[in-house]
Parts: sequence; structure tokens; C-alpha cells
Amino acid sequence: MKIEAIDTSETKEYFINMGPQHPSTHGVLRLLLTLEGEIIKNVEPHIGYVHRAIEKMCEKSSFQQIIHLTDRLDYLSCHMNNEAVCLAVEQGLEMDVPERVKVIRTIIDELNRISSHTLWWGVMGMDMGAITSFLYGFREHEMITEIFEETCGARLTMSYNVPGGLMFDIPPNFQKMVKDFLFHFKKKLPEYDTLLSNNIIFTERTKGIGYLSKENAIAFGVTGPSARASGFACDVRKLKPYSAYHKVNFKEIIFTEGDCFARYKARIDEMWESVSIIEQLIDNIPEGDYFVKTKAVIKLPVGEYYQSVESARGEFGVYIVSDNKKNPYRVKFRSPGFANLSALNKIAQGCKIADLVAIMSTLDLVIPDIDR
Amino acid sequence: MNEVTEYFSDIFKGVRSLLKGMSVTGYYFLHPKEIITQQYPENRDVLKVPERFRGELVMPHTADNQHRCTGCSACQLACPNGSIIIVSDRVETPEGKKKKVIDKHVYNLAMCTFCNLCVRACPTDAIVMSNDFEHATYDRGELIKILNQPGSKVLEGIEE
Repeated sequence: MKIEAIDTSETKEYFINMGPQHPSTHGVLRLLLTLEGEIIKNVEPHIGYVHRAIEKMCEKSSFQQIIHLTDRLDYLSCHMNNEAVCLAVEQGLEMDVPERVKVIRTIIDELNRISSHTLWWGVMGMDMGAITSFLYGFREHEMITEIFEETCGARLTMSYNVPGGLMFDIPPNFQKMVKDFLFHFKKKLPEYDTLLSNNIIFTERTKGIGYLSKENAIAFGVTGPSARASGFACDVRKLKPYSAYHKVNFKEIIFTEGDCFARYKARIDEMWESVSIIEQLIDNIPEGDYFVKTKAVIKLPVGEYYQSVESARGEFGVYIVSDNKKNPYRVKFRSPGFANLSALNKIAQGCKIADLVAIMSTLDLVIPDIDR
Repeated sequence: MNEVTEYFSDIFKGVRSLLKGMSVTGYYFLHPKEIITQQYPENRDVLKVPERFRGELVMPHTADNQHRCTGCSACQLACPNGSIIIVSDRVETPEGKKKKVIDKHVYNLAMCTFCNLCVRACPTDAIVMSNDFEHATYDRGELIKILNQPGSKVLEGIEE
């Protein structure tokens, strides 16, 4: 038998592992890269390193107990995740929550979105080599965290929503705290632009890099600011308004460039929109109850319930199948990070390894959300 | 000629954008009062923890060693992680009836996710979340706590 010798001078492709321990993957995500020189031919994400079987755990939990598990999916937009479950359960119970609850939920949603985006902004700068932005982003993030600490009783995993309303009423100084923060934040947000958006090194590394077309964004189910930067209008707050979003005026941020800089800019502009939403609501919190009493053991009628909300990363959906028992028959979470990750291969083909870091940062992946 | 001017204007713009960014950091260098860093372990005395902050589950006792827990185990059922175990006892009342009282309220801090469901479930407000957040110990066994103090009794008039 003749063994054919491999001509090594012709073999140009090789494989390399990026992760699971890599600073720019923000968690335990492993990417198997096929490279030709420095050019990426193929990206194969290997996920599941922080899989905790949350969906299975939900089947053993009561409807109140599910909520604290959703904190641990996308921990940076935990209030939106909580809200999605609560809205789905309230939909099943055909319960109408008071106006006050809806407004407070919306305000906390937007605060959570700002806190998520400020943290993302800091980390994005750090991925691009600017440690300054990391510290500056955390400054504003910390201020919101303190508001949450005083309102919800926890800094990150808040569990502030319960089926039927909120866990606590807002503290008396809530409005003052939020107004103080907004006053501070509106002064500091232009600093973000000076520090990073106009920085020549940053723009050179993001403009025209990592193009995602609108067709591909729709095909891969990309949602959130990442898809809106490609011109795909997918804001759940506009399409299917929940809580108090039908009451406020805000602009859906849409860019058509589809590159890393457009995704960056979409998030910065979204923070301005969040500020405007909070400003419209903060003075008009209606009086009333913060909680409608539910039964101690909640049983949903037989059926299927789906509720989607706009989390900081895209459409977060909760799908509950109930068989009229105290535990759900099946729970499925539609996590935005998973769908956004699926488009990574399409975006990254033809880019360089250093560009992959920028692409992953602008997709804003949270690994526990992908693995669940 | 045009390309040359573009080349040099790009360099000029690039350096200008870097200097603009440095002016922001320079501002904070000259205004150290606006920096918000906290010196954590040193500032324990002035550290302000909000009242609602969920640090640890505790059972408040009165001055004469009485608590409000009847041992109904509503918190045990509400807990999603099984971090609460109620060990109850049966005692005979003076009228000759058997009554369930609490023997031990075992709370495993290491398994707690601080979701507040136990406090909400409690019908007699016997347990609350305290603000203490410094839980580090050298031995894992110290994290399993018995919340009712030895020799404590249920307050008069608290029924299931």
C-alpha cells in the first residue's frame, strides 16, 4: 500500500481554539477557528460549559420559584427576564396588574438597560485595549446598582418582580435618586463619545469591520441592538408593547451600516432613548397598590403561554406549557444571546482574529444566557 | 497632492482625537474629588447598606429570648433550593393536647440565593433578611446555622 505524502507547503488552513479561558469571550465560550494565516475561514462555537439545566429546574419549581432562576440567565438584564416570566404567568391567570406596577416595571427595565449598556461600553473599550473606559463605565453602572440595592434589595440578581406585581413598593426617595442619576448621566454620556466613539484607534478597528446584512440578521434570528444596526426593526417594545411602553414616546434606533461601529452606536443611542423614557415616566407614577394578591399555590389553566420582552440584548421570550399543576409542564426560554451567537460565523468569515474580538464585543454575548 | 494633504490631515485628526480623550482623563486627574472609589475594608464604620439589602436570613428574638416562629414550615416549602429545614417537636399543653412547636430552624447559608420567598411566605413575620453581607468563613460547616436561639420560646399569642 502506498501512503500518499501530504504536501505541507500547500496546506494553509489550521485550527486554533479561542477560549474557553479567553478574556474577550467574557465567560466560558470556546470558539474553534479555522484559519488561513490570520484570516478566519470558519468559526465553530462550542457552548455548554456553564449549562445548569435551568429549563429542567423550572419544571420542578413553582411559578414563584422560576423567577429567581431567570436572574441567572442574562444577569445583566435580570429585571426584564423576571418581567417576562411574570407577564406570562399573569397572562395565564388573566390577571390585570395595577397601572403603578406597570410604570415602575418600565422604569426599572430602562434603568437596567442603561446599567447593562454602560457595563457593555466599559468592557467593549477594554477589549479594544482601553482600560480607562472600563472604569468610567462602571462609575455609572455603580450608581444604578445603588438604586437597585435600595429599591429591590439586591445589586445584581434582583428578583424584584413577583406574579401579580412587585416584591416591595418603591422607597420614598426613589424619584429623587433616579432624577439625580439622570442629571449626572446626561452630563457623563457625552464623555463616552469623547473617550471612545471619536477615538481614532477605536474607529479604525470598528468601522467597516464585521458586516452583518439585514437578510442574514433576519435569517439567523438576531435581535436587539445588534440587528437594529443592520436595519432590521425588531424592537419588541414597539412591535408588541408590554407594561407601560405604549404610553411613552421613543425612537427605535436603526442604522443601516451593519458593521461593528453601527452596533456600538446603536447601543449608545439606545441609552439616550432610555433616559428619555425614564424622564417621561418618573414624575407620573400613579398611586395605587404595588401588588395584587395571588393564591399561595399558583396553577395556570391548561395551555401554552408565550411572552417576549426586549432585554438589553434582544428579544427574550418565555414559553410556558401548563397542565394545571403547581409546576409548569415545560418551560422554554428564547434567549437573545443564543441567536446572536449563531450569526457569528457569518459575520466573522474573512475577518482577522483581532476583528473577531471587536465582533464578539459588539454582539454583547452573555454566556450564561446562551448556555442556560 | 490631494492624497498627501489627506494623509497629513488624517494624522492631525487622529492625534487630536487622542488628545481630546486624554483631556477627559486629565480633568479627573486634576479633580480628585470627583472620583468615587471607596476604600472598602477601611470604611466599614461609615458604610451605608440600604435597609432592604438581603444579606442573610435571621430570626429576631425579643429581650427575654422569645421569637415568633410557630414551625409551620411555610418557608421550607417556599424555598427553591431547600436551604431551610424545620425540625419540629410535639409537646403536651397544660390542657392535655399535643401541640407542634419548633425545635430547630436550620438555615444553610451556602445554598441560599437570597430570593426573599421565605420571608414573603412567613405568616407570622418570624424571619427577616438582615443587612450583614460578610459571610466568609474558614469552615463550610459554619454556614449551616440554627436560627432559633437555644432555650427560646414562641411569643405568647402567636398561632398558626
